[in-house]
Amino acid sequence: MAQKVIIDPVTRIEGHLKVEVEIENGKVIDAKTSGTLFRGFELILKGRDPRDACHIVQRICGVCPVSHGTASMLCLDDAFGVTPPPNGRIVRNLIQGANYLQSHILHFYHLAALDYVKGPDTAPFIPRYEGDYRLPKEINDKAVEHYIHALTMRKKAQEMLSIFGAKMPHVTVFTAGGVTEGVTAEKINQFREYLREITAFVDHVYIPDVLAVAEVYGDDGFSIGTGCKNMLAYGGIRLTDEADPDGQKQLFKRGCYINGNFETMDKNKITEQSKYSWFEDSTTDKYPGEGATVPAPGKSGAYSWLKAPRYDGVPCEVGPLARQWVNKQKDVLGLGDKAFSVLGRHFARAIETSQVAHAMFEWLGHLVPGQPTFAPFDIPKEGSGVGLHEAPRGALGHWITVKNYRIDNYQAVVPTTWNGAPRDDQGQLGPMEQALVGSPVKDPDNPFELVRIVRAFDPCIACAVHVLDVKGVAKDVKRFII
Amino acid sequence: MGLTRREFIKLCMSSTIGASLISILGPEMEKTLAYAADGKPPVIWLQGASCTGCSISLLNSVDPAIEKVILDVIGLKYHPNISAGAGHHVVEVLEEATAKYRDQFILVVEGGIPTKDKGIYCTIAEKNGKELTMLKAVTTLGEASQAVIAAGNCAAYGGIPAGVPNPTGVVGVDQVVKKKPVINISLCPMHPDHFLGTVVYVLKYGQIPELDRLGRPKMFYPGPIHDRCSRRSYFDDNKFARHISGEGCLALLGCKGFIAMSDCDKRGWNNNTNWCIKAGAPCQACSEPNFPDECEPFYGVYPLTNKKKIDYPALVPNLKTEIVERVK
Repeated sequence: MAQKVIIDPVTRIEGHLKVEVEIENGKVIDAKTSGTLFRGFELILKGRDPRDACHIVQRICGVCPVSHGTASMLCLDDAFGVTPPPNGRIVRNLIQGANYLQSHILHFYHLAALDYVKGPDTAPFIPRYEGDYRLPKEINDKAVEHYIHALTMRKKAQEMLSIFGAKMPHVTVFTAGGVTEGVTAEKINQFREYLREITAFVDHVYIPDVLAVAEVYGDDGFSIGTGCKNMLAYGGIRLTDEADPDGQKQLFKRGCYINGNFETMDKNKITEQSKYSWFEDSTTDKYPGEGATVPAPGKSGAYSWLKAPRYDGVPCEVGPLARQWVNKQKDVLGLGDKAFSVLGRHFARAIETSQVAHAMFEWLGHLVPGQPTFAPFDIPKEGSGVGLHEAPRGALGHWITVKNYRIDNYQAVVPTTWNGAPRDDQGQLGPMEQALVGSPVKDPDNPFELVRIVRAFDPCIACAVHVLDVKGVAKDVKRFII
Repeated sequence: MGLTRREFIKLCMSSTIGASLISILGPEMEKTLAYAADGKPPVIWLQGASCTGCSISLLNSVDPAIEKVILDVIGLKYHPNISAGAGHHVVEVLEEATAKYRDQFILVVEGGIPTKDKGIYCTIAEKNGKELTMLKAVTTLGEASQAVIAAGNCAAYGGIPAGVPNPTGVVGVDQVVKKKPVINISLCPMHPDHFLGTVVYVLKYGQIPELDRLGRPKMFYPGPIHDRCSRRSYFDDNKFARHISGEGCLALLGCKGFIAMSDCDKRGWNNNTNWCIKAGAPCQACSEPNFPDECEPFYGVYPLTNKKKIDYPALVPNLKTEIVERVK
């Protein structure tokens, strides 16, 4: 008979997540993931001044407020018909780059590493799931040292970010049309100093540590957590001031990998399905911008407040692995099928961190001190905009509709909606659920395999908060997306 | 015993530009640390309707570096982002705290507390098929604690999740915990110096620091930023920035420094690298209970003529034309 294991909460992720699996003969045969916090950002945004959106949405997630702020700015630029000057675009990119560095470093060392590295025997490092700490003592000790060192490095990445961003978390310089902070030679130099130190850490400590973990845990680490093997990237970080409707002039190009083929991404093929979500069945299978969201709490068979986004009818993984795979990064591609695994995801994230750090040196060189960082605009009485972006955790899209100078509707489809989605109308499991199914569980009391799989996705549940547990659901929940 | 309380507060209030509060307090921290070494005060950290930003902000603490705080100064029994354990471990740790450390541990709350529909919008753990809501956890653990620190604007006053129409009925901690002292460390996110300065004070002197009428330690909330603003002389000379990134006082771009009581002006952010007004970003008064509803629009001129979010008419805030005209 199948045994049910519930992990609630899953710690060391952003937000509130519950994982429920059924295990038979030491293997997961079914999996469900639910978020357990709902704040209702869409309702809060409605009626506000549209310019405030890029500040309010940052509070969706304090780990990567920059991503939400950026998607929102792109969305506002689009709605207001304004293009930031080159300096404005580059400063935004540098802020995003700095956020990638802090977010990826934080994820590997402080959120994920304790699944592989045994911390000191003191709170908060105990209690923990025991049973599979395999690193030789020497390497383990070094990794614990690096855990501490990495705290300093991610802190420095945030200091670097605030040179242009004013404060982090929650950057206040963001605005439609550019940024408020100016560019000086002194700031450029100060930024470069930080960047040198952090890049050295990434290349000489972070990447070797990931490789060391991969070597010791590689026998199963490259085989568990396969997932759906469909990859999707909206593309992000604009490298040119020219119009780029296809998303190809960006650090991360737009594209997808579906059923084993590389394809160009057509955003009209994105639909959201809701058979297993607490929404009316009449709302299923619509493009996000057109979909209605009519809640049906307690709907029979449903178990999630997350809809199931699908591309051309199939579930897709988003995040560093998806970006690197779609962009055909040679080391990640070189892993072949092994890339679709827990360690493949950590590896792609580490490679990407180095890629971003080195690109940032180039961007710094393109800044021109004293040139404007902001282009003025008028708020239209009516309008709409889309902002497609790549957050450290994956494809992120914001949609806005402005009416009578106010926000009439605001929607965000976030990375964890893709990765943490429930089953769709055809009964296909979401990517994270697929990754869990088939995983061995040696000891149901210490299900370290499961948390390793979940954490490798770097889920950000505060972002995907329209997930809510089935029991005791409120009757009067209205329309909400974020 | 080192510093007297008066000297401590003076030090907190007079920290000079370029040095973080805690770097000045360094030696005192060492002493407190030694004093607390044999019985590290237990700390439980809960997250409710939060974005994790305050935890991330705490990780930005400069000196003592955060690892020292976590490993040496406090006994951090539970933190959702840091703890190695998961699932049932968490419930056990929380149960142990209420039993073993009754009236001894410090409860830190990050994020607001959803109260609508019995708090079902945020559950933080599950045991034997029963879910623990944030509301229940804060009520129980709060009453069992020595004192509660409400970390950040959401925990202090509800913050952005409590913005109109407050879909989940979010409130601040002091609306839920009535019998134990609640210290509000506002700002969005909280400033790491404010948090650690307060923790050191509580550990060192065994009492809570003097609070202002909104429950914040007075030593960190000295009065309106406007009074000490680095752009103040522009205001006095009637020189106002006419567009974003322009030179001058930011009042006409929506700066709310008139009502923000924090000491951001001298403390700065991220190791005093920068701060909002210095970077040309109008202050949003994220230190205040008015944040966000009565501080909006963020680019609207203070005092705002439209305080109610939904009802205000299409106001004018067009940067290209209207603001420039206003200045003429």
